[in-house]
Amino acid sequence: MVRIRNDYGSTFRSLLVLVGLAVSVLLAAIFLSLFLFSRPALLNNGLRFITGTEWNPVTGKFQALTFVVGTLLTSFIALAIATVLSFALAILLGYYFRTGALASVMKTAVELLAGIPSVVYGFIGLFFLVPIVRAFQLVLGMPPYGVGMLTASILLAFMILPYSASIGREMISLVPEDLKEAALSLGATPSEVVRKVSLPYARSGILGGVLLALGRALGETMAVTMVVGNSYNLTLNVLSPGNTMASLIANEFSEATGEVYLSSLIEIALLLFLVSSAINILGKLIIKRTSAAAQL
Amino acid sequence: MREVSLQRRLRGDKAFKAGTLALSLVATVPLTLILVFIVIRGASSINWQFLTALPKPVGESGGGIANALVGTVLLILIGSLISIPLGVSAGIFLAERGKTRLGSVTRLAVETLMGIPSIVLGIVAYVWVVRPMRGFSALSGGIALAMIMLPVITLATEETLLLIPVSLREAALALGVSYPRTVLRVVLPAGLSGILTGVLLAVARGAGESAPLLFTAFGNPYLTGNILKPMASLPLTIFNYATSPYPEWHALAWGASFVLLVFVLALNLLTKLVSAKWKVQF
Repeated sequence: MVRIRNDYGSTFRSLLVLVGLAVSVLLAAIFLSLFLFSRPALLNNGLRFITGTEWNPVTGKFQALTFVVGTLLTSFIALAIATVLSFALAILLGYYFRTGALASVMKTAVELLAGIPSVVYGFIGLFFLVPIVRAFQLVLGMPPYGVGMLTASILLAFMILPYSASIGREMISLVPEDLKEAALSLGATPSEVVRKVSLPYARSGILGGVLLALGRALGETMAVTMVVGNSYNLTLNVLSPGNTMASLIANEFSEATGEVYLSSLIEIALLLFLVSSAINILGKLIIKRTSAAAQL
Repeated sequence: MREVSLQRRLRGDKAFKAGTLALSLVATVPLTLILVFIVIRGASSINWQFLTALPKPVGESGGGIANALVGTVLLILIGSLISIPLGVSAGIFLAERGKTRLGSVTRLAVETLMGIPSIVLGIVAYVWVVRPMRGFSALSGGIALAMIMLPVITLATEETLLLIPVSLREAALALGVSYPRTVLRVVLPAGLSGILTGVLLAVARGAGESAPLLFTAFGNPYLTGNILKPMASLPLTIFNYATSPYPEWHALAWGASFVLLVFVLALNLLTKLVSAKWKVQF
């Protein structure tokens, strides 16, 4: 009789499935922990959590609108700056210079931008950007804070730039050659090809990259904490100090005393988790669909 | 349609290209600025004592970052010990069984994990480890870093293994090599460079993180090897010194930034070298 050697095939397969299960459970556990630990705050704060502006641990009022607004304001200004710059980079590297020395130097420079630690950005921001903004405010006759939401936005813009730029570049270089050549042969100038053929074709993929960058901006902590000013007043004036959700957690979490206080900070983390995950998944979905369509 | 003269269109074309180039150059200014700033201010404070001494109290000159260097290495080590085995095997699972229902759920989980703000993962490590153990510890910091590193490693592993041609696997199976051996001894080694790239990127990312360590590893002015006690790390040291009002501490922060930046950028460049030199290609 032929003895079939046990090749551990089924054990191996079950182990793999187990690992996949473990990673999925990890994400579920992260969500559940955040939810369970923010329950006291959810019950205590109610809906006022996102509509009220009073954050006062002494009186037990935990209302986070100021920080939600700060996060949205800084993220969207940063996104606007980053999008303009990353469009330029994406067109330059995805259309004009797809290969060559300039292309590879610029590509590496932008990629390295993503590798620089957040805290180093904050440090540079504190000692380089803040004095510039302060001088600017003095000229305008405003209170010379230096720190503030605009300062944080400028810093954030460069931190999230690599994400939207690299995906934009990829999407623009995926535009089929025959479409571009067809437009050129009809007498379009190269810039007209970019604006009327490449960009419309790559539009949704670029949008996906912009969403990924937005997801980054929402959760960015250290650099923002260092230059945003950490104020507790709700304001839409971007030149004055503000605060963001992530930065509030960074400043107060290790010193939070009392169950509801700690739990309210975890509630902010839960909100941050839900919003940035949703934006991130949407962005990835759009990118996947676009690149799949482009490769057909 | 409105008639536009050819000359105007050609001028517009030139202006568009020039504008694109100019804005792209603006985008590369900060990297240059950061490098110049850090090198000029930071390199001067680097000496043997800086790397081997402990921080001194305010007012005394000198002092170093030995505690932060050792802390960062240990934290990364804990993070790697957890995230590399789990991350690589999850990557193998996605490459082998990615088309199943569990596979797509797992991929979604990994991609979501990638997008979670690091400070949120710090809170998770806090409620999982710091709270039950009633104290800040390097272990909790390492676990937070592991959750940040895991998705980077998993996605890099999956992406690489999917590039390995089916013929290689079929050849092994046809020779009677068992399925586990085929995956572990044939497919995995062929994709080693891609996996290594993922691991290096994950280490670079973990080394620069400070937000999740604020309330897990916490920081420690003394040198310690005990992973159940609070531990210093380079990014946290930079944060604490940079936001302090003392010029002596700012100098230490510039030096520490220089060390951190050199380490992180070297890892990033090494990654490019690894993937350029030993690229998976058939």
